[in-house]
Order: sequence, then structure tokens, then C-alpha cells
Amino acid sequence: MLDLKTKHRNGMKIGAILVALFGLLLAPVRAEEPLHVDITEGRVDPLPIAVPDFIGKDRREISAGSSLASVITNNLKRSGLFQPIDPRAFIERPSDFDTLPRFQDWRIIDSDALVTGQVVYQDDGRIRVEFRLWDVVRDQQLVGKRYYTTPENYRRVAHLISDEIYERLTGEAGYFDTRVVYVQESGPKNNRRKRLAIMDQDGFNSAFLTDGNNLVMTPRFSPTSQEIAYLSYVNEKPRVFLLNIETGQQEVVGDFPGMTFAPRFSPNGDKIIMSLERSGNSDIYAMDLVKRRSTRLTDHPAIDTSPSYSPDGRYITFNSDRSGRQQLYVMRADGTDVRRISFGEGKYATPVWSPRGDLIAFTKILNGRFYIGVMRPDGNPKTERLLTESFLDEGPTWSPNGRVLMFFRQTPSEVDGSGGTVRLWSVDLTGYNLRPIATPGDASDPAWSPLIK
Amino acid sequence: MNLVQSSKIVAMLAGVMMLAACAGSTESTSVTTDTGPSYAAGSQEAFLDAVGARGDHVYFAFNRHDLNSQAQAALGQQAAWLMQNPSATVRVAGNCDERGTREYNLALGARRANSVKDYLVSLGVDPSRVETISYGKERPECIASNEECWAINRNGVTSVTNGPSS
Repeated sequence: MLDLKTKHRNGMKIGAILVALFGLLLAPVRAEEPLHVDITEGRVDPLPIAVPDFIGKDRREISAGSSLASVITNNLKRSGLFQPIDPRAFIERPSDFDTLPRFQDWRIIDSDALVTGQVVYQDDGRIRVEFRLWDVVRDQQLVGKRYYTTPENYRRVAHLISDEIYERLTGEAGYFDTRVVYVQESGPKNNRRKRLAIMDQDGFNSAFLTDGNNLVMTPRFSPTSQEIAYLSYVNEKPRVFLLNIETGQQEVVGDFPGMTFAPRFSPNGDKIIMSLERSGNSDIYAMDLVKRRSTRLTDHPAIDTSPSYSPDGRYITFNSDRSGRQQLYVMRADGTDVRRISFGEGKYATPVWSPRGDLIAFTKILNGRFYIGVMRPDGNPKTERLLTESFLDEGPTWSPNGRVLMFFRQTPSEVDGSGGTVRLWSVDLTGYNLRPIATPGDASDPAWSPLIK
Repeated sequence: MNLVQSSKIVAMLAGVMMLAACAGSTESTSVTTDTGPSYAAGSQEAFLDAVGARGDHVYFAFNRHDLNSQAQAALGQQAAWLMQNPSATVRVAGNCDERGTREYNLALGARRANSVKDYLVSLGVDPSRVETISYGKERPECIASNEECWAINRNGVTSVTNGPSS
């Protein structure tokens, strides 16, 4: 049997949340430019925003309201686009959710936006969470929503509210209501134990998906279902497996005579592309998950691996050393029309197409240093931008809105066994917002989920 | 027969059969043991004793999978033992240092393991007796991040998979 840990399975389920829009509280509109955060600039000034604790009547509501505000504040701050104001500077302490804020009190502390909210326990044990986003400069409500959920599901509501704020103020979809599947690592470097794990994008609610009896690596989220493709060494045979994280069902992908590895889903989730190794040579294959049929896409004595579809499914970028060293290539989805797109110094690896289609993220190795970078898919070397650098940065994965990359960073290890930590980091496309992701223990191979539906 | 004697004899056979005796085969006689239980013929222990210290390993240059003369000599010893123990089957694991990316290193480790297999087969070993596996950069033997460790970790390791245990 495979090594799924069933007792965590209920923890994988996503609690139901009811959402409703409600009416605006109106105030006379001031003649100012509407609030907008431009997230495409090289370096943005974070937007000052105030997120006071959500209002509650009793101790448990007040406690929940404080937790909600804290999760939202942390999300907004970590995005690098917002500068939450220290609550100690607040003049007004909102006490009635259905009363207009005193806008001048928020302008005085240089806040541009304000989030108010309240938590109300229902007779059935659920909580009702409401929030309003205010444009403090124009004295205007921008959005307001109401959610019903179970109290333990409050973090998810906070992520949904964070996405509403992000979307309303940037004009682009958010990415806070998402999860990350990754490999949790433990033990000494020469006897490493690796387990699949899953967590919210902010590092909370981490849970194991496998027990560590089999070596696992490179998990990837399906774009359309609660499934993960990954490499596992079950019975010392490295093969790509599919895991349904809601049912725990697990199956090997195809019946291949050699190692299969480096899996990724097609944009509509009906195929997996991956490498198949036979007699030492690795080529790229597409496996149709519905028809259960595989198609060979490359046939070359060089190493061909790390394939990734473009979001329209028409092209595949991949890694090959057919030129003599590792470079990035793009071909049509049927394997024709192969062309090289990386021409800078050093070696290139792990290309991943952005969900927006405009960029390919990669790992670059140059003069003994590792970089995470992005380039346009057209192969113009001038479009290459390096975002991070260290002893070992590897394996970028895109946020679903194509604005943030998560990757892993390994530090050098010493003869005495110290060092050698492996941790997850995120960086946005400006390269200025590099942040560690808190995980319980060492972590590698992150893969970002699509927005949870 | 004790460990030292058996290893001498196998080393001699290897030299005669393969015309590939090397310093490694005499080094192997320095293996010492007390009078503990001896192992069965065809076992992993017998293989390790026959091929000598680290004789189950071959080493590769950075980002390469071709075999140098030292590696070929070691594989000559391995092939000789396999010809002497026709019922034994082996697994060759291909490994890489940590200075590459994970997926590329899986492919590179497969290349290395198959270089070893192809050479054993070229010396007369039936290909059905040799399976390969790549661990990429997942199984380092030496843990420090320095050139010495990386050289040690770029290897192919042969081990007996079906032999009787001692």
C-alpha cells in the first residue's frame, strides 16, 4: 500500500463558506482620484491601510475579530503592496459596524484605505463575518461582503477578505485564498526523510500528506481538481503518482518501463507532461489522463526534462542540454518547432510558464551561484531579469495571479553537519519583496495551488 | 575461508580474466575482520570483499557521465565477480552532487547508472542481471558543501539485490 496518512484527511477538506454582497453605506463623495495600487512598477510605494480589529460584542467575538484583522494585516503586508498602519496610531476605535467611519480621523494618520468588520456568533454555532473597505481619501465605501462559516474556518474568511481588498485596490485577482503543497524535510543530509505536506499560502494549517516511508519530491497542483502529481520511490521504482487530497486515493500515472519524473499538469488538467527515462536517456511525454494514452514529444539523445505548458496549452517550455549545457527551450504542444530561448551566460533550468502567459520563470546557475529569474517566452535575451541570488535557489512556482514566485533556498552545510537548511521563500516580480515562508521544519519543492473554488 | 583469503582469490581471478587488475585489488586485501560469521557466496558482503574498499563505487567528473580509467578498472573487478557468481543480480544507483537542479540531476543520475551498466554489459554481464536507479542529488554520502564532498557524491554505486544474506 501507498503511504497516505489518512488521519489528516479531514483537515484537507475545505469548509463551506456562504458569501453575500450587501449594500453600501453612502457618504458625500470627495473629488479625488480613485484609490489604485499599480503593481507593475519596478518599485512601488506601499499603500497605507488601516485594519482595526473586527468588532465583537463579547469575549469570543472580540477574540475572533482580532484574529481576523491580524491574518488580513499579515497578508497585505507580505504582498509588499500595502503598508498596514500600527494600530497604536489609530484615533477612532470603530464600535458600530453600520455607522460611517470618521474619515478625517483616518486621514490624519495618513491612511489611504480602511477596513472595518464585525463578527457575530449565530444561534447555530457558526459565525457571521462582515467587512467593508473604505477609500479614506474620497470618503467612499469600495466593497462590502458578508460570510457565514464555522468558527475554526476563520482564517479562510480572512484570506477571502484579503483577496477582495487586493482585487479592489490593484485591479487584479488576489492569491491569498490558496494553498501550497511542498516537501517537508527532516533528518541529516545523508539520511533525509521527505514527506509531502500542504499548507495555506501564509504557512499556516500545515499537514502531512505522506508518512515519509517513500522518498517523494516535486509535487504539482492540478489546475482544475484537488489532485497532486508527484514523484515517489515506491518499491524503489521512481514513478509519477497522482494523489487526490480529498479522498486520499493514489495511483501511478501510466505503466512505463523506466523512471518517470518532472510531472506537470496541462492547463485544463486532462494531461500530465513529464520525463520518461529509458536506458539512461530522458525524453518528454504527454500522458492523457482520460484516454490513458501517452505520446512521445521529444526524441533526442540529450536530457529533456522539466516541461511546463503555456496557459493556453499550445506550447511547452522545457529544459535540455542538447546544446552541450542546460538551456531553456519552447516547442509546440505536439513536440514540433523546437527553439531555444535562453542565451545568457551560465546554465538554465526548471522553466515554469506564468499563469498570465507573459513570462517564464527559471533557475539559473552561474559561477557557482543560483538565481531565480524571469524572461519573456520569445527568447529575447534583453527580457531576462534575475530576482534572487544565493548559494542555492531553485524551483520557482507562480502565484495564480502571476505576480509572486515561491521557491526554495538551501544554505551551505559544514563538515560537522551544521547548516544545510532548506526553506521556502517568496519574491514578487519587482524583486524587492523577498520574504521567508514560515514552515514547521525544512521545506523544499513548493507548488502553488490555483485559487480555491 | 576467511575474508582476507577470499578477497585475494577473487582479486586474482579478476586480474586473469579481465587483464584489468589494479592497485585497488591489492588494497582490498587490507580489509580485516575477526572470526565472526562468514558470509555466503554471492552475497553483498562477498561482493564488497571482492571488489575492495570503495570498489563498489565509480566516480564522475562534474556534470559528466563518462567513465575514466579508474572507473573502468573498478568495473572490471565488479564484472569479474558477477561472472564468478552467475546467479547474483545487482542494482546500480546513479548519484549527483548538490550543485544542480533536482529534475536535471535525476536525469543525470540515470545517465551515470546506465554508463556503469553499459560497461558491465560490454564485459560480458547479462543486461538482465543489472538494474539501474537514479537518486539525483537525494542521496549524498558526504554532507559538507565543498569540492571534496561533491566529488565523492558524483558516483555510481553497485549493490547485490538478490544474494543470500550472511
